[in-house]
Amino acid sequence: MPPIPAIDELSVTLAHYLIVSGVIFGIGVVIALAKRNAVAVLMGVELMLNAVNLTLLAFSRFSSAFPAGEEPLTGHAFVVFVLTVAAAEAAIALALAVLVYRRRETVDLDRVNLLRW
Amino acid sequence: MDSPGIIVAFWLLSGITVLSALLVFVARNLLHALAFLVLSFLGMAGLFMTLSADFIAVAQILIYAGSISVLMVFAVMLTPLASRNNGNSLYVIPALMGGAGIAGLVGAVAMETDWAEHSGEALKAADFPSTVPVIGDLLLGRYVLAFEIASVLLFIALLGAILLVHERPEDERSAGQQGEAQ
Repeated sequence: MPPIPAIDELSVTLAHYLIVSGVIFGIGVVIALAKRNAVAVLMGVELMLNAVNLTLLAFSRFSSAFPAGEEPLTGHAFVVFVLTVAAAEAAIALALAVLVYRRRETVDLDRVNLLRW
Repeated sequence: MDSPGIIVAFWLLSGITVLSALLVFVARNLLHALAFLVLSFLGMAGLFMTLSADFIAVAQILIYAGSISVLMVFAVMLTPLASRNNGNSLYVIPALMGGAGIAGLVGAVAMETDWAEHSGEALKAADFPSTVPVIGDLLLGRYVLAFEIASVLLFIALLGAILLVHERPEDERSAGQQGEAQ
């Protein structure tokens, strides 16, 4: 299928993916900083991890800087490790939220202020 | 140059992902925010597919949209009193400024830098039918130590999560004695 010239200039590049992932990372930062509920804060952290995964995969797809003999899918292997750590982090954080709720009857992070001076 | 399908899919999926991530911030009810988060994860899996990362896209759907969201639903259900509220704290304005600053910075760097791009020649030159065998070779070859450490980390994290929320027997016994005394 020959490329259509008008569409050709709209081609998706690495910068497009990086901008999308930067925007999603920014939204994740806002959610993680501004929400009161501990579970909502965890949602922001998961969004940030997802944005980083998108960045790694975009570089793995578009980067031409492969040294000789280097596998071209190193970014994919890194994403697998990020997924593993994200699953471990989610399990621990949700267990902590349940524990804090059991002790203090709330998961409002503004009211968990026992260590405040 | 890409085929028109890739371009349409990129704009559609990135629109879905960004919009539902924004709705996670805007939604009042925490369960609605969770539903939008799952939609955002699914859109992100679609973006991974436009990057020809088939295995990672399927793993994203299984792990994020499947199990982590179910874990979050459990956490919301186990903390019943205060948990439906998705309100903001006092730090909304600094958080918005910080998030906009990070997004603007990343966007500016992505636009200004001259990335040494190619359009898929290296992937085509490598000539593999799907990404799964190559990822498996990497995980069990060059990154085998990190792979083993990741498995131990996952095991210890899940064990720690169970240990943290475990009701200790002496607590139950003392609670039972109090109940008998009453």
